[in-house]
Amino acid sequence: MASSRIEVLNQGGYRSDGRKQHELRSIAIDLAPQGVADGAATITHGLTTVLVSVFGPREAKLRSQTLHDRATISVEVGVAAFSTGERRKRSKGDKRLLELASTIKATFEPVIQTALYPRSQIDIYLHVLEQDGSLLQTCINGTTLALINAGIPLLDFVCAVSGGVHVASPLLDLNQLEENDVPHLTLALMPKTKKITLVTMETRLHVERFEEIFRLAARAAEVIHQEMRAAIRIKANTLVASMGSTRATVDGTDRDGNHMDED
Amino acid sequence: MDLDDDEALNSKLTCPGEAITSSHAYMRGHGTYVDSDEVIASVAGTIERVNKLVTVRAVHTRYNPEVGDLVVGRITEVQPRRWKVDANSRQDAVLMLSSVNLPGGVQRRKLESDELQMRNFFEESDLLVAEVQAFFSDGAMSLHTRSLKYGKLRNGQLVTVPPILVRRLKSHFLTLPCGVDLILGLNGYIWVSKHVKENEQEGEEGFDAEAVYSNQNDYIEEATRSAISRVTNIISILASHFMPLTDVVLLGAYEWVVDQDYQAKDLLQEDVGDALVTAMRGRT
Repeated sequence: MASSRIEVLNQGGYRSDGRKQHELRSIAIDLAPQGVADGAATITHGLTTVLVSVFGPREAKLRSQTLHDRATISVEVGVAAFSTGERRKRSKGDKRLLELASTIKATFEPVIQTALYPRSQIDIYLHVLEQDGSLLQTCINGTTLALINAGIPLLDFVCAVSGGVHVASPLLDLNQLEENDVPHLTLALMPKTKKITLVTMETRLHVERFEEIFRLAARAAEVIHQEMRAAIRIKANTLVASMGSTRATVDGTDRDGNHMDED
Repeated sequence: MDLDDDEALNSKLTCPGEAITSSHAYMRGHGTYVDSDEVIASVAGTIERVNKLVTVRAVHTRYNPEVGDLVVGRITEVQPRRWKVDANSRQDAVLMLSSVNLPGGVQRRKLESDELQMRNFFEESDLLVAEVQAFFSDGAMSLHTRSLKYGKLRNGQLVTVPPILVRRLKSHFLTLPCGVDLILGLNGYIWVSKHVKENEQEGEEGFDAEAVYSNQNDYIEEATRSAISRVTNIISILASHFMPLTDVVLLGAYEWVVDQDYQAKDLLQEDVGDALVTAMRGRT
């Protein structure tokens, strides 16, 4: 680690961007509707911004992709050329992006109640607008919010956070500089049951350090959960309030009546 | 959480993963699931309870069809003896050849010859108004247009709003005094069109049989055109502020716009839109 030009953690215990070891970057969440998407969310962790749009459940475009007992999920990630320090255009077929997309898909497949929507398709489009480390974390949190915003039933929130270890001290929510320098992992969990839906590591981490950072990240994910839940509640509250309190609650009790079989 | 307090429960908001109540005392409904003896919400929305059934209604979601609902849809595909219709639901709806009226209102079984001229009735991207007739076993809805009120749409413009904003009304066919007809589809698709006189629409004799499946627009005067676009803009403004659309609100909004002497394009300015919504909120 001695080769690095920057000091990841200085003598006073501060990181390169002035945070403490366990401090998360500021989170900004925007749940305003985006065009014709059924649900959308823009989430910012520090200087990493991702815009997520969710379409569906809707009729699948390709009949070969439909499953008779549940919905299919498709995830596409696009990276804006201006999102990184050096301007670089990434093609759709970029292996890194495909891997990111399939990781997000695998994270959400057990969480979305796809069995409720047979023969349908749920499309998730992510647009990376700014990158400064912890990209996967931001993508997962944004996707959770967009799915909830679209009214798609989930077992729980999925809250992701990244963590790394510098020498022997664990760090949370890494920025790009730290991500380049220290071994790191990304963890996603469902806060209610504390079930882990994703752990990934692209670098090697000492096995004795793993447990510490793992537990710390799990606690940080719960902090992020509070933020996300508050944003969703505020949004739901404003929408319900603008619709007025005089809502008919009795109608629509029997949604499943009169089934008939396809001939 | 205290479930005995009805008022508190009915207005309560919840988020995915939040426990609502015990699964021993209550039954789980839509928007919930059961895990380790607890009923847990799976969508963000309001908790509703009918006797022992607890449901969570999502604030913003796709259209959930129910039998008898009036919907506006767009043909996406022509298949053997059926059309596929996009109705803003989780799957495309099905309109069977046997559930449409033949031109001229002839009553007979549909023959192979009818099957061959299905595109003369409805083509891809045609808009239509229909009623939900039944559901298939996988949850897809089946539509029918067996009434003179239903069928192909022309002479107008489509607006899309979140389905939750369209309330069940006595009638979903509205006529505004400015010579504009409105069809409020419960799926959030709203058709704004030129007014058609009652007798032209319903008369059995002297009724233009071919016009039912016509693709030609009638002549629409300048005044009607601007009225249509004004109504369309009003609807999209109200929808963007999440105001429920009822006949009363729409009539009131149109009167307000005429009183203030705003043209259709003036409504696109944000301050005018905000003023309209404030005026409507004050009224209801």
